[in-house]
Amino acid sequence: MTSIDTIVGELEARFDDIALEHVRAWKQAAPNRLAFGCLPVFAPREVLWAAGALPVFVRGGGDRLETIRGDAFYQSYICHLPRSTLELGLLGHLDVLDGMIFPNTCDVIRNLSGVWQSTFPQHVVRFMDPPQTAEPASAAAYLHHELTILYGELCALAGVKATGARLHAAIADVSDAHAAARELAAARCEQPWNLPIDEVYLLRRAADSMPPPAWTALARAYIAAALARGRRPEDRIRVCLVGAFCEQPPRALLRAAERAGCYIVDDDLTLGVEPCGPDPEVGAADDPMTAIVLAWLRASRPSAVRYDQHASAGRALVERVRHHRADGVLFAAPSFCDPALLDQPRLTRVLDQHAIPYTSFKYSENTGQFQSIREQAGTFADSVKLWGTA
Amino acid sequence: MSDSVVEKEASMEAQKELLAGYFARLARARDEKRPVVYSFVPGNLVELMSALDVAPVYPEVNALQSAMRQRSGGFIREAERAGHSEDVCSYVKCDLGMLMKGNVGPTGDTIPPPDLLLLSFTGCFTFMKWFELLRDQYQCEVAMLHVPYVGDGNVTDAMRAYVVEQLQREVIPKLEKVSGKRLDLDRLSELLARSRRAEEDLAWVFHSARNRPSPIDAYFGGVYYIGPIFTSFRGSEEACRYYATLRGEVEARLTAGVGPTTPGGPLLDERFRLVVEGPPNWTSFRDFWKIFYDEGAVAVASTYTQVGGSYERGFRHDPSRPLESLADYCLSCYTNLPLPQRSRILADMVSEYEADGFVIHSVKSCNSFSAGQLHMLREVERLTGIPGGFIESDLVDARYYGQANIKNRIESYLQMLAARKRDGGSAPRPPVHLQVLP
Repeated sequence: MTSIDTIVGELEARFDDIALEHVRAWKQAAPNRLAFGCLPVFAPREVLWAAGALPVFVRGGGDRLETIRGDAFYQSYICHLPRSTLELGLLGHLDVLDGMIFPNTCDVIRNLSGVWQSTFPQHVVRFMDPPQTAEPASAAAYLHHELTILYGELCALAGVKATGARLHAAIADVSDAHAAARELAAARCEQPWNLPIDEVYLLRRAADSMPPPAWTALARAYIAAALARGRRPEDRIRVCLVGAFCEQPPRALLRAAERAGCYIVDDDLTLGVEPCGPDPEVGAADDPMTAIVLAWLRASRPSAVRYDQHASAGRALVERVRHHRADGVLFAAPSFCDPALLDQPRLTRVLDQHAIPYTSFKYSENTGQFQSIREQAGTFADSVKLWGTA
Repeated sequence: MSDSVVEKEASMEAQKELLAGYFARLARARDEKRPVVYSFVPGNLVELMSALDVAPVYPEVNALQSAMRQRSGGFIREAERAGHSEDVCSYVKCDLGMLMKGNVGPTGDTIPPPDLLLLSFTGCFTFMKWFELLRDQYQCEVAMLHVPYVGDGNVTDAMRAYVVEQLQREVIPKLEKVSGKRLDLDRLSELLARSRRAEEDLAWVFHSARNRPSPIDAYFGGVYYIGPIFTSFRGSEEACRYYATLRGEVEARLTAGVGPTTPGGPLLDERFRLVVEGPPNWTSFRDFWKIFYDEGAVAVASTYTQVGGSYERGFRHDPSRPLESLADYCLSCYTNLPLPQRSRILADMVSEYEADGFVIHSVKSCNSFSAGQLHMLREVERLTGIPGGFIESDLVDARYYGQANIKNRIESYLQMLAARKRDGGSAPRPPVHLQVLP
């Protein structure tokens, strides 16, 4: 078994590789390989992978990058993610990508697609607007049409034939990765003292830019090594982290929250590579694209960037809290993140109804001061421990 | 020019009456057993609502009207006390605060609760979150119309078909359910024909700004001009009459060679012709306008007046294909277009209207407009060869409006334009390409 230190060392190296040299190496290892950047949250991973394109989630530069030129694109009241993403592009760190896919996650990412078209004309830029409609037949037909066009374009670019067989194989690969992600989530829920959030986070960020089969193997190796640590549980509360699905918090912030007395047993970090519901169900004779479309439409996990058709986001959060045996919720949203911040009052109302304690703070990806967050998380943990409420 | 008396055109008075009548009718809607449907301005389906005799309510219009009456601050604070972040859209907080305070509208009449929330998801992501919040408050049904963002600037047949299908399968059945009536497509076509008449007159009014002096201010005056057609009056005879009156007024000013009417009186000396991007500030609307007209600056074109319909760029509702036409309308609203196209539209307007410069008013609340505007500034400068001005405030949150700062910036910008004019550097480049959608 590979040692945990070796695995974590590899994960840290990948995480710090903001110039995507590991993606470049993968592309150069075989002909007809493409890499496509995907902004959070929705990405048609199976479609990209089927065309021989590595899906590479671009989640900003975090605190590993000083944003200078990217800041010149945005006013002070816009979140940080587009600034550092542009900085990465302007520094040439995203040159290895053949194109970028921008989903309709919010108005900022939507408009970033236009900035990208003008600033990086060498990139193929595609905007994906996954259906928000409550009307399933029109939604399915529209998404099928859009994904089929995308698949055809990607295959043409890669010089491969757009076949159903390739899609079938890609669905299998991504579903395997999802299975490993579920195993990781389950292991963390059971033994968060052996799978600390900052390591789990590194592993999940690795999924952002690794071929799905390779990540599946790495994830299973990590789980086995981490569970073998045999650490003893500490007297901490268990919390769900909510709201950090797009612009990512610094890794040190996650570590600070845990060390302040919380085990983060569930979160919405790295949405896009996480399974959000059942995987595409496809028989050998079925149309694989239809299966991909239906999986998206049937995704059961609510998120702030999808229309909450059944007003179920609050109930779903309560269920997640219970399923993970969490004591409370940490709302951690990036400053100026409309989807996350507009969701909070709806969610807290339902938490109040179920007497589930919560606290909230904001961050930006390059936050460097964690003292106040450590104190807030620590006070929250203490009050839950002492009185069962915040 | 005197500031003591606010001068108004006849059409402004007519519009005031239209608005007062609208809010009064709305207050009676419950008694008259008229279903109430909330919706948004961009991509609004007012002809469809009128064809089914439901009363439309536009929460963002309530918010801006509250702001113009200096009531938005209290509403926003109320919403923030209830847990809404200071970072998010002030329209949303103003509306929610108004609801928490009894839903008394800007004219003092109570706004009735909705029977249906018609979520036309066009050009603004926050709309979706806004109606999720309202649904929680009112516990009523939502009809969701997802209008795809036109990411590469081209409306496709697939997009149009998708919107039409949603109209047929989702929106119309839910509207029929609350109204208790079946949609009469002939009646819808009649309404769209009237829309088209009004749109022709409105487009003529905006195009009149190509003259020197411009008989209109297409931004500060323009927000009055778009009022009826962007809200509940499109498709009505009242709107047709209003726009015919407005056109007559503008024709008269054109013939007389006089400039636009401002709150301080007719603008007699057109010193600067500007194109303006972005919504205005509503809490200090008059003061904001005064900064410009005091300097003889006239907005000859604006993008905000295209947010609820791109009539100036050629869009007309088509009564012969009603649902497809409604789909095209939704898809082609200004904020549903990608930034490169928005930059080209701005650059084309600078050229077509022979503007001396352009000003971007960036508002904190509206990411749909604001995110990327600094990039647009540079793009339009590149396309036109003319430097742009950039100012910042907010829609309805007065805490973010700084009169002195904005005045200083605008005056400095205009001084720079004046210097350019003296040096002969004001000629804009020829039009790049004016794309008419769809």
